[in-house]
Amino acid sequence: MSKVQYYLKSFLLWELLLGLKLTGKYFFKTKITVQYPEEKTPQSNRFRGLHALRRYPNGEERCIACKLCEAVCPALAITIDAEPREDGSRRTTRYDIDLFKCIYCGFCEEACPVDAIVETRVFEYTFETRDESVMTKEKLLAHGDMHEKQIAADRAQDAKFR
Amino acid sequence: MIELLLSIWNLVPEALQTLLIIILKIVVIAVPIMLTVAYITLAERKVIGYIQVRIGPNRVGPRGLLQPIADGLKLVMKEILIPTNANRFLFVIAPLLALAPALACWAVIPFADGWVLADIDAGLLYVLALSSMGVYGLIIAGWASNSKYAFLGSIRSAAQMVSYEIAMGFALVGVLMAAGSMNLSTIVESQSGSFLHWFWLPLFPLFLVYFIAGLAETNRAPFDVAEGESEIVAGFHVEYSGMAFALFFLAEYANMILISILTAIMFMGGWLSPFQGIPLLEDLFSFVPGIVWILLKTSFLLLLFLWFRATFPRYRYDQVMRLGWKVFIPITIAWILVVGVGVMAEIGPWFD
Repeated sequence: MSKVQYYLKSFLLWELLLGLKLTGKYFFKTKITVQYPEEKTPQSNRFRGLHALRRYPNGEERCIACKLCEAVCPALAITIDAEPREDGSRRTTRYDIDLFKCIYCGFCEEACPVDAIVETRVFEYTFETRDESVMTKEKLLAHGDMHEKQIAADRAQDAKFR
Repeated sequence: MIELLLSIWNLVPEALQTLLIIILKIVVIAVPIMLTVAYITLAERKVIGYIQVRIGPNRVGPRGLLQPIADGLKLVMKEILIPTNANRFLFVIAPLLALAPALACWAVIPFADGWVLADIDAGLLYVLALSSMGVYGLIIAGWASNSKYAFLGSIRSAAQMVSYEIAMGFALVGVLMAAGSMNLSTIVESQSGSFLHWFWLPLFPLFLVYFIAGLAETNRAPFDVAEGESEIVAGFHVEYSGMAFALFFLAEYANMILISILTAIMFMGGWLSPFQGIPLLEDLFSFVPGIVWILLKTSFLLLLFLWFRATFPRYRYDQVMRLGWKVFIPITIAWILVVGVGVMAEIGPWFD
Protein backbone atom coordinates (compact mmCIF):
# COMPACT_ATOMS: atom_id res chain seq x y z
CA MET A 1 0.00 0.00 0.00
CA SER A 2 2.70 2.44 1.02
CA LYS A 3 4.56 1.60 -2.20
CA VAL A 4 1.48 2.40 -4.26
CA GLN A 5 1.08 5.61 -2.34
CA TYR A 6 4.72 6.45 -2.95
CA TYR A 7 4.46 5.95 -6.69
CA LEU A 8 1.21 7.87 -6.89
CA LYS A 9 2.75 10.75 -4.98
CA SER A 10 5.89 10.89 -7.07
CA PHE A 11 3.99 10.71 -10.37
CA LEU A 12 1.61 13.47 -9.31
CA LEU A 13 4.67 15.60 -8.38
CA TRP A 14 3.04 16.12 -5.00
CA GLU A 15 6.11 17.28 -3.07
CA LEU A 16 7.08 19.61 -5.90
CA LEU A 17 3.63 21.18 -5.84
CA LEU A 18 3.97 21.73 -2.09
CA GLY A 19 7.28 23.49 -2.73
CA LEU A 20 5.70 25.66 -5.40
CA LYS A 21 2.85 26.51 -3.05
CA LEU A 22 5.32 27.71 -0.42
CA THR A 23 7.32 29.90 -2.79
CA GLY A 24 4.07 31.10 -4.33
CA LYS A 25 2.97 32.31 -0.92
CA TYR A 26 6.24 34.18 -0.41
CA PHE A 27 5.76 35.90 -3.78
CA PHE A 28 2.90 37.93 -2.29
CA LYS A 29 4.46 38.63 1.12
CA THR A 30 5.41 42.16 2.11
CA LYS A 31 8.96 42.84 0.97
CA ILE A 32 11.51 43.63 3.67
CA THR A 33 14.18 45.30 1.53
CA VAL A 34 15.65 48.48 3.01
CA GLN A 35 16.33 51.02 0.24
CA TYR A 36 19.78 51.77 1.66
CA PRO A 37 20.93 55.25 0.75
CA GLU A 38 17.43 56.65 1.32
CA GLU A 39 16.35 54.36 4.15
CA LYS A 40 18.53 53.11 6.98
CA THR A 41 17.98 50.50 9.63
CA PRO A 42 17.78 51.78 13.22
CA GLN A 43 21.05 51.72 15.16
CA SER A 44 21.66 50.73 18.77
CA ASN A 45 23.30 53.27 21.08
CA ARG A 46 25.93 50.57 21.59
CA PHE A 47 26.75 50.51 17.88
CA ARG A 48 30.48 49.96 17.31
CA GLY A 49 31.68 51.89 14.29
CA LEU A 50 34.56 54.22 13.53
CA HIS A 51 36.67 55.19 16.57
CA ALA A 52 37.05 58.59 18.16
CA LEU A 53 39.04 60.15 21.03
CA ARG A 54 37.01 62.35 23.37
CA ARG A 55 37.83 65.55 25.28
CA TYR A 56 36.66 66.92 28.62
CA PRO A 57 34.22 69.85 28.40
CA ASN A 58 37.12 72.27 29.03
CA GLY A 59 38.85 71.04 25.87
CA GLU A 60 41.50 68.91 27.59
CA GLU A 61 41.97 65.54 25.93
CA ARG A 62 40.88 62.62 28.09
CA CYS A 63 43.51 60.07 27.11
CA ILE A 64 46.22 59.65 29.74
CA ALA A 65 48.30 57.11 27.80
CA CYS A 66 47.70 54.24 30.23
CA LYS A 67 47.96 51.87 27.24
CA LEU A 68 45.22 49.58 28.58
CA CYS A 69 43.51 49.68 25.19
CA GLU A 70 46.74 48.74 23.47
CA ALA A 71 47.11 45.82 25.87
CA VAL A 72 43.55 44.56 25.52
CA CYS A 73 43.30 44.93 21.76
CA PRO A 74 42.99 41.35 20.42
CA ALA A 75 43.97 42.37 16.90
CA LEU A 76 47.00 44.43 17.96
CA ALA A 77 45.58 47.32 15.97
CA ILE A 78 46.47 50.06 18.45
CA THR A 79 49.95 51.59 18.72
CA ILE A 80 50.65 54.19 21.44
CA ASP A 81 53.76 56.27 22.22
CA ALA A 82 53.71 58.50 25.31
CA GLU A 83 55.80 61.27 26.81
CA PRO A 84 55.25 63.81 29.62
CA ARG A 85 53.88 67.10 28.30
CA GLU A 86 55.51 70.47 29.21
CA ASP A 87 53.13 70.83 32.16
CA GLY A 88 54.25 67.41 33.37
CA SER A 89 51.05 65.50 32.63
CA ARG A 90 51.33 62.14 30.88
CA ARG A 91 50.00 62.31 27.29
CA THR A 92 50.25 60.33 24.08
CA THR A 93 52.48 61.56 21.29
CA ARG A 94 51.18 58.93 18.95
CA TYR A 95 47.85 57.09 18.99
CA ASP A 96 47.33 54.99 15.85
CA ILE A 97 44.52 52.56 15.12
CA ASP A 98 45.04 50.42 12.04
CA LEU A 99 41.51 50.03 10.71
CA PHE A 100 42.56 47.08 8.55
CA LYS A 101 43.52 45.17 11.69
CA CYS A 102 40.69 46.39 13.92
CA ILE A 103 37.84 43.95 14.40
CA TYR A 104 35.51 46.51 16.07
CA CYS A 105 35.12 44.39 19.22
CA GLY A 106 34.86 47.45 21.49
CA PHE A 107 37.36 46.10 24.07
CA CYS A 108 39.40 49.34 23.93
CA GLU A 109 36.31 51.28 24.93
CA GLU A 110 35.59 48.80 27.75
CA ALA A 111 39.18 49.00 29.00
CA CYS A 112 39.49 52.78 28.98
CA PRO A 113 39.40 54.17 32.56
CA VAL A 114 38.65 57.74 31.39
CA ASP A 115 36.21 57.04 28.55
CA ALA A 116 38.68 58.52 26.06
CA ILE A 117 38.61 56.04 23.19
CA VAL A 118 35.08 55.26 22.00
CA GLU A 119 33.46 53.67 18.99
CA THR A 120 30.88 55.88 17.30
CA ARG A 121 27.86 55.18 15.17
CA VAL A 122 29.71 56.15 12.00
CA PHE A 123 30.04 53.15 9.70
CA GLU A 124 30.06 54.70 6.23
CA TYR A 125 33.69 55.52 5.52
CA THR A 126 36.12 54.59 2.80
CA PHE A 127 39.83 54.83 2.07
CA GLU A 128 41.38 55.66 -1.25
CA THR A 129 45.02 55.10 -0.28
CA ARG A 130 46.64 52.64 2.10
CA ASP A 131 47.86 55.13 4.71
CA GLU A 132 44.36 56.55 5.07
CA SER A 133 43.45 53.28 6.78
CA VAL A 134 45.37 54.34 9.91
CA MET A 135 43.42 56.59 12.28
CA THR A 136 46.04 58.92 13.75
CA LYS A 137 45.63 60.87 16.99
CA GLU A 138 44.67 64.05 15.10
CA LYS A 139 42.02 62.26 13.05
CA LEU A 140 40.63 60.50 16.13
CA LEU A 141 40.37 63.74 18.10
CA ALA A 142 38.81 65.58 15.18
CA HIS A 143 36.30 62.78 14.72
CA GLY A 144 35.51 62.93 18.43
CA ASP A 145 34.95 66.70 18.29
CA MET A 146 32.65 66.28 15.33
CA HIS A 147 30.37 63.72 17.00
CA GLU A 148 30.77 64.65 20.69
CA LYS A 149 27.08 65.37 21.17
CA GLN A 150 25.97 61.98 19.85
CA ILE A 151 28.78 60.17 21.70
CA ALA A 152 27.89 61.78 25.02
CA ALA A 153 24.18 61.05 24.56
CA ASP A 154 24.88 57.40 23.76
CA ARG A 155 27.15 56.98 26.82
CA ALA A 156 24.58 58.65 29.08
CA GLN A 157 21.85 56.33 27.83
CA ASP A 158 24.03 53.30 28.49
CA ALA A 159 25.43 54.48 31.86
CA LYS A 160 22.88 52.66 34.06
CA PHE A 161 23.90 49.28 32.60
CA ARG A 162 27.60 49.72 33.37
CA MET B 1 3.62 60.60 -50.57
CA ILE B 2 1.98 57.17 -50.23
CA GLU B 3 1.34 57.11 -53.99
CA LEU B 4 5.00 57.86 -54.63
CA LEU B 5 6.07 55.03 -52.32
CA LEU B 6 3.60 52.69 -53.99
CA SER B 7 4.89 53.55 -57.45
CA ILE B 8 8.45 52.91 -56.28
CA TRP B 9 7.29 49.63 -54.79
CA ASN B 10 5.68 48.61 -58.11
CA LEU B 11 8.95 49.22 -59.90
CA VAL B 12 10.65 46.61 -57.72
CA PRO B 13 10.74 43.19 -59.43
CA GLU B 14 8.29 40.66 -58.08
CA ALA B 15 10.89 38.22 -56.72
CA LEU B 16 12.52 41.03 -54.78
CA GLN B 17 9.12 42.14 -53.49
CA THR B 18 8.48 38.70 -52.00
CA LEU B 19 11.95 38.67 -50.48
CA LEU B 20 11.46 42.11 -48.96
CA ILE B 21 8.10 41.11 -47.49
CA ILE B 22 9.61 37.96 -45.97
CA ILE B 23 12.48 39.97 -44.49
CA LEU B 24 9.97 42.43 -43.07
CA LYS B 25 8.04 39.56 -41.50
CA ILE B 26 11.25 38.15 -40.01
CA VAL B 27 12.02 41.53 -38.49
CA VAL B 28 8.49 41.79 -37.13
CA ILE B 29 8.97 38.41 -35.41
CA ALA B 30 12.62 38.69 -34.38
CA VAL B 31 12.64 42.17 -32.86
CA PRO B 32 9.85 41.50 -30.34
CA ILE B 33 11.57 38.21 -29.44
CA MET B 34 14.81 40.04 -28.70
CA LEU B 35 12.96 42.61 -26.62
CA THR B 36 11.11 39.87 -24.79
CA VAL B 37 14.38 38.11 -24.07
CA ALA B 38 15.79 41.33 -22.64
CA TYR B 39 12.79 41.89 -20.44
CA ILE B 40 12.55 38.27 -19.34
CA THR B 41 15.93 38.71 -17.70
CA LEU B 42 14.41 41.57 -15.72
CA ALA B 43 11.23 39.61 -15.02
CA GLU B 44 13.34 36.71 -13.81
CA ARG B 45 15.27 38.86 -11.37
CA LYS B 46 12.08 40.51 -10.17
CA VAL B 47 10.15 37.25 -9.73
CA ILE B 48 13.00 35.50 -7.95
CA GLY B 49 13.47 38.60 -5.83
CA TYR B 50 9.81 38.71 -4.87
CA ILE B 51 9.83 35.03 -3.96
CA GLN B 52 12.88 35.68 -1.76
CA VAL B 53 11.03 38.58 -0.08
CA ARG B 54 13.24 41.12 -1.85
CA ILE B 55 12.17 43.64 -4.47
CA GLY B 56 14.79 42.99 -7.14
CA PRO B 57 16.39 45.59 -9.40
CA ASN B 58 14.71 49.01 -9.10
CA ARG B 59 17.47 51.55 -9.61
CA VAL B 60 17.88 51.87 -13.38
CA GLY B 61 14.92 53.78 -14.73
CA PRO B 62 11.43 53.77 -13.21
CA ARG B 63 11.01 50.57 -11.18
CA GLY B 64 14.15 49.15 -12.80
CA LEU B 65 12.60 49.06 -16.25
CA LEU B 66 15.80 50.14 -17.98
CA GLN B 67 17.91 47.47 -16.27
CA PRO B 68 18.04 45.14 -19.33
CA ILE B 69 19.18 48.07 -21.49
CA ALA B 70 21.97 48.83 -19.02
CA ASP B 71 22.98 45.16 -18.88
CA GLY B 72 22.99 44.92 -22.65
CA LEU B 73 25.03 48.09 -22.99
CA LYS B 74 27.56 46.79 -20.51
CA LEU B 75 27.96 43.51 -22.37
CA VAL B 76 28.31 45.26 -25.73
CA MET B 77 31.05 47.53 -24.38
CA LYS B 78 33.05 44.66 -22.91
CA GLU B 79 36.00 43.08 -24.64
CA ILE B 80 35.57 39.61 -26.13
CA LEU B 81 38.48 37.63 -24.74
CA ILE B 82 39.71 34.64 -26.72
CA PRO B 83 41.81 32.19 -24.67
CA THR B 84 45.33 31.62 -26.00
CA ASN B 85 44.97 28.01 -27.02
CA ALA B 86 41.34 28.20 -28.06
CA ASN B 87 40.28 27.29 -31.55
CA ARG B 88 39.48 30.81 -32.68
CA PHE B 89 37.10 30.00 -35.51
CA LEU B 90 34.97 27.56 -33.54
CA PHE B 91 35.15 29.71 -30.44
CA VAL B 92 33.62 32.65 -32.25
CA ILE B 93 31.10 30.65 -34.26
CA ALA B 94 29.74 28.61 -31.31
CA PRO B 95 27.49 31.36 -29.84
CA LEU B 96 26.01 31.90 -33.29
CA LEU B 97 25.36 28.18 -33.61
CA ALA B 98 23.52 28.28 -30.30
CA LEU B 99 21.43 31.32 -31.16
CA ALA B 100 20.54 30.68 -34.81
CA PRO B 101 18.42 27.51 -34.29
CA ALA B 102 16.64 29.13 -31.35
CA LEU B 103 15.54 31.96 -33.63
CA ALA B 104 14.99 29.87 -36.76
CA CYS B 105 12.34 27.78 -35.00
CA TRP B 106 10.09 30.82 -34.84
CA ALA B 107 9.48 30.62 -38.59
CA VAL B 108 6.80 27.96 -38.16
CA ILE B 109 5.14 29.28 -35.00
CA PRO B 110 1.53 30.36 -35.65
CA PHE B 111 0.80 33.43 -33.51
CA ALA B 112 -2.85 33.59 -34.50
CA ASP B 113 -5.08 32.17 -37.21
CA GLY B 114 -2.92 32.48 -40.34
CA TRP B 115 -0.22 34.59 -38.66
CA VAL B 116 2.72 32.42 -39.50
CA LEU B 117 5.88 33.09 -41.49
CA ALA B 118 6.19 29.62 -43.05
CA ASP B 119 3.02 27.53 -42.92
CA ILE B 120 4.75 24.24 -43.71
CA ASP B 121 3.18 20.82 -43.18
CA ALA B 122 6.25 19.39 -41.45
CA GLY B 123 6.30 22.16 -38.83
CA LEU B 124 6.62 19.79 -35.89
CA LEU B 125 9.54 17.94 -37.52
CA TYR B 126 11.21 21.25 -38.34
CA VAL B 127 10.95 22.38 -34.73
CA LEU B 128 12.28 19.05 -33.48
CA ALA B 129 15.19 19.12 -35.94
CA LEU B 130 16.20 22.70 -35.19
CA SER B 131 15.91 22.43 -31.44
CA SER B 132 18.35 19.50 -31.63
CA MET B 133 20.79 21.75 -33.49
CA GLY B 134 21.17 24.00 -30.47
CA VAL B 135 23.25 21.41 -28.66
CA TYR B 136 26.05 21.78 -31.23
CA GLY B 137 26.60 25.35 -30.17
CA LEU B 138 27.17 24.24 -26.59
CA ILE B 139 29.43 21.30 -27.48
CA ILE B 140 31.55 23.41 -29.80
CA ALA B 141 31.72 26.24 -27.26
CA GLY B 142 32.95 23.83 -24.58
CA TRP B 143 35.45 22.14 -26.85
CA ALA B 144 36.84 25.26 -28.49
CA SER B 145 37.42 26.99 -25.14
CA ASN B 146 40.26 24.59 -24.31
CA SER B 147 39.27 24.61 -20.65
CA LYS B 148 38.39 21.59 -18.57
CA TYR B 149 35.43 23.27 -16.88
CA ALA B 150 33.93 24.34 -20.18
CA PHE B 151 34.55 20.88 -21.59
CA LEU B 152 32.91 19.10 -18.65
CA GLY B 153 29.98 21.47 -18.83
CA SER B 154 29.48 20.91 -22.52
CA ILE B 155 29.70 17.13 -22.10
CA ARG B 156 27.07 17.28 -19.41
CA SER B 157 24.74 19.48 -21.38
CA ALA B 158 25.19 17.39 -24.52
CA ALA B 159 24.37 14.16 -22.70
CA GLN B 160 21.42 15.76 -20.96
CA MET B 161 19.96 17.37 -24.06
CA VAL B 162 20.33 14.22 -26.12
CA SER B 163 18.56 12.11 -23.49
CA TYR B 164 15.69 14.53 -23.00
CA GLU B 165 15.28 14.99 -26.74
CA ILE B 166 13.99 11.42 -26.90
CA ALA B 167 11.28 11.95 -24.28
CA MET B 168 10.41 15.24 -25.92
CA GLY B 169 10.18 13.61 -29.33
CA PHE B 170 7.87 10.92 -28.00
CA ALA B 171 5.67 13.55 -26.38
CA LEU B 172 5.42 15.22 -29.77
CA VAL B 173 4.49 11.89 -31.34
CA GLY B 174 1.51 11.82 -28.99
CA VAL B 175 0.45 15.28 -30.16
CA LEU B 176 0.95 14.26 -33.75
CA MET B 177 -1.28 11.20 -33.30
CA ALA B 178 -3.98 13.17 -31.53
CA ALA B 179 -4.01 16.01 -34.07
CA GLY B 180 -3.40 13.90 -37.13
CA SER B 181 -1.10 16.55 -38.57
CA MET B 182 2.38 17.99 -38.19
CA ASN B 183 1.30 21.46 -39.25
CA LEU B 184 1.25 23.58 -36.10
CA SER B 185 -1.77 25.62 -37.25
CA THR B 186 -3.72 22.40 -37.89
CA ILE B 187 -2.70 21.13 -34.46
CA VAL B 188 -4.21 24.22 -32.87
CA GLU B 189 -7.38 24.01 -34.95
CA SER B 190 -7.89 20.36 -34.03
CA GLN B 191 -8.07 21.47 -30.37
CA SER B 192 -10.98 23.85 -30.91
CA GLY B 193 -14.23 23.31 -29.05
CA SER B 194 -13.66 24.29 -25.43
CA PHE B 195 -10.69 24.32 -23.11
CA LEU B 196 -11.55 20.70 -22.33
CA HIS B 197 -10.87 19.91 -25.98
CA TRP B 198 -7.30 21.15 -25.66
CA PHE B 199 -4.72 18.38 -25.65
CA TRP B 200 -3.55 18.96 -22.08
CA LEU B 201 -6.40 16.77 -20.88
CA PRO B 202 -6.08 13.64 -23.05
CA LEU B 203 -2.30 14.00 -23.22
CA PHE B 204 -1.77 15.13 -19.63
CA PRO B 205 1.31 12.96 -18.91
CA LEU B 206 2.82 14.00 -22.24
CA PHE B 207 2.10 17.64 -21.39
CA LEU B 208 4.03 17.32 -18.14
CA VAL B 209 6.84 15.35 -19.75
CA TYR B 210 7.12 17.85 -22.59
CA PHE B 211 7.31 20.84 -20.29
CA ILE B 212 9.78 19.25 -17.88
CA ALA B 213 11.89 17.94 -20.75
CA GLY B 214 11.73 21.50 -22.11
CA LEU B 215 13.23 22.73 -18.83
CA ALA B 216 16.01 20.18 -19.25
CA GLU B 217 16.50 21.07 -22.93
CA THR B 218 17.03 24.71 -22.14
CA ASN B 219 19.40 23.86 -19.28
CA ARG B 220 17.20 25.73 -16.81
CA ALA B 221 16.91 25.11 -13.09
CA PRO B 222 16.41 22.49 -11.67
CA PHE B 223 18.23 20.82 -14.59
CA ASP B 224 21.04 23.37 -15.00
CA VAL B 225 23.83 20.87 -14.28
CA ALA B 226 25.60 22.15 -17.38
CA GLU B 227 26.18 25.42 -15.54
CA GLY B 228 26.63 24.00 -12.03
CA GLU B 229 28.39 27.03 -10.55
CA SER B 230 29.54 25.20 -7.47
CA GLU B 231 31.21 22.32 -9.32
CA ILE B 232 32.23 23.53 -12.77
CA VAL B 233 32.30 27.33 -12.41
CA ALA B 234 29.80 28.29 -15.10
CA GLY B 235 29.94 25.30 -17.40
CA PHE B 236 30.33 25.62 -21.14
CA HIS B 237 30.50 29.42 -21.24
CA VAL B 238 33.20 30.11 -18.61
CA GLU B 239 35.64 31.41 -21.19
CA TYR B 240 33.17 33.71 -22.92
CA SER B 241 32.84 37.41 -22.23
CA GLY B 242 31.10 40.43 -23.66
CA MET B 243 28.78 40.01 -26.59
CA ALA B 244 29.73 36.36 -27.18
CA PHE B 245 28.49 35.57 -23.68
CA ALA B 246 25.40 37.65 -24.29
CA LEU B 247 24.59 35.54 -27.36
CA PHE B 248 24.51 32.38 -25.21
CA PHE B 249 22.21 34.19 -22.85
CA LEU B 250 19.97 35.28 -25.70
CA ALA B 251 19.90 31.70 -26.99
CA GLU B 252 18.93 30.30 -23.59
CA TYR B 253 16.11 32.75 -23.10
CA ALA B 254 14.92 32.54 -26.71
CA ASN B 255 14.75 28.77 -26.23
CA MET B 256 12.75 29.27 -23.05
CA ILE B 257 10.20 31.38 -24.86
CA LEU B 258 10.14 28.89 -27.71
CA ILE B 259 9.45 25.93 -25.42
CA SER B 260 6.71 27.92 -23.68
CA ILE B 261 4.98 28.95 -26.89
CA LEU B 262 5.27 25.41 -28.29
CA THR B 263 3.69 24.01 -25.13
CA ALA B 264 0.95 26.62 -25.46
CA ILE B 265 0.37 25.66 -29.08
CA MET B 266 0.44 21.91 -28.67
CA PHE B 267 -1.24 21.39 -25.33
CA MET B 268 -3.07 24.58 -24.41
CA GLY B 269 -4.90 25.43 -27.62
CA GLY B 270 -2.57 28.09 -29.02
CA TRP B 271 -4.54 31.15 -30.01
CA LEU B 272 -7.92 29.63 -29.06
CA SER B 273 -9.89 31.42 -26.40
CA PRO B 274 -10.24 29.49 -23.13
CA PHE B 275 -13.89 30.59 -22.99
CA GLN B 276 -14.76 28.92 -26.28
CA GLY B 277 -17.95 26.86 -25.93
CA ILE B 278 -19.04 28.53 -22.68
CA PRO B 279 -22.33 30.29 -23.58
CA LEU B 280 -22.04 33.73 -21.97
CA LEU B 281 -18.29 34.22 -21.59
CA GLU B 282 -17.56 33.29 -25.20
CA ASP B 283 -19.48 36.30 -26.51
CA LEU B 284 -18.12 38.51 -23.77
CA PHE B 285 -14.49 37.79 -24.71
CA SER B 286 -14.95 37.33 -28.46
CA PHE B 287 -13.39 40.75 -29.12
CA VAL B 288 -10.01 39.60 -27.77
CA PRO B 289 -7.71 38.73 -30.71
CA GLY B 290 -6.11 35.27 -30.76
CA ILE B 291 -2.58 36.60 -30.34
CA VAL B 292 -3.47 37.91 -26.88
CA TRP B 293 -4.51 34.46 -25.75
CA ILE B 294 -1.39 32.76 -27.07
CA LEU B 295 0.82 35.43 -25.49
CA LEU B 296 -1.01 35.09 -22.17
CA LYS B 297 -0.56 31.33 -22.20
CA THR B 298 3.12 31.71 -23.11
CA SER B 299 3.66 34.26 -20.37
CA PHE B 300 2.10 31.94 -17.83
CA LEU B 301 4.40 29.10 -18.86
CA LEU B 302 7.39 31.46 -18.74
CA LEU B 303 6.38 32.46 -15.24
CA LEU B 304 6.46 28.76 -14.38
CA PHE B 305 10.08 28.60 -15.63
CA LEU B 306 11.03 31.41 -13.25
CA TRP B 307 8.94 30.03 -10.41
CA PHE B 308 10.62 26.63 -10.75
CA ARG B 309 14.02 28.26 -10.69
CA ALA B 310 13.21 30.02 -7.44
CA THR B 311 11.80 26.86 -5.87
CA PHE B 312 13.72 23.73 -6.76
CA PRO B 313 17.30 22.80 -5.89
CA ARG B 314 19.49 21.50 -8.70
CA TYR B 315 19.19 17.80 -9.56
CA ARG B 316 22.18 15.59 -9.05
CA TYR B 317 23.60 14.55 -12.39
CA ASP B 318 22.77 10.83 -12.17
CA GLN B 319 19.24 11.71 -11.05
CA VAL B 320 18.80 13.88 -14.13
CA MET B 321 19.77 10.91 -16.28
CA ARG B 322 17.55 8.53 -14.32
CA LEU B 323 14.57 10.83 -14.71
CA GLY B 324 15.12 11.15 -18.44
CA TRP B 325 15.74 7.52 -19.31
CA LYS B 326 13.91 5.49 -16.67
CA VAL B 327 10.87 7.65 -16.00
CA PHE B 328 10.03 9.94 -18.89
CA ILE B 329 10.66 7.58 -21.79
CA PRO B 330 8.58 4.72 -20.32
CA ILE B 331 5.77 7.14 -19.44
CA THR B 332 5.67 8.62 -22.91
CA ILE B 333 5.76 5.23 -24.61
CA ALA B 334 2.96 3.93 -22.38
CA TRP B 335 0.84 6.99 -23.01
CA ILE B 336 1.41 6.85 -26.75
CA LEU B 337 -0.20 3.37 -26.58
CA VAL B 338 -3.14 4.85 -24.68
CA VAL B 339 -3.47 7.64 -27.24
CA GLY B 340 -3.26 5.07 -30.03
CA VAL B 341 -6.14 3.09 -28.51
CA GLY B 342 -8.08 6.34 -28.03
CA VAL B 343 -7.58 7.36 -31.66
CA MET B 344 -8.52 3.92 -32.96
CA ALA B 345 -11.66 3.79 -30.79
CA GLU B 346 -12.38 7.45 -31.67
CA ILE B 347 -13.04 8.39 -28.07
CA GLY B 348 -14.65 11.81 -27.94
CA PRO B 349 -14.41 14.71 -27.67
CA TRP B 350 -10.76 14.69 -28.64
CA PHE B 351 -10.24 11.91 -31.13
CA ASP B 352 -13.46 11.88 -33.15
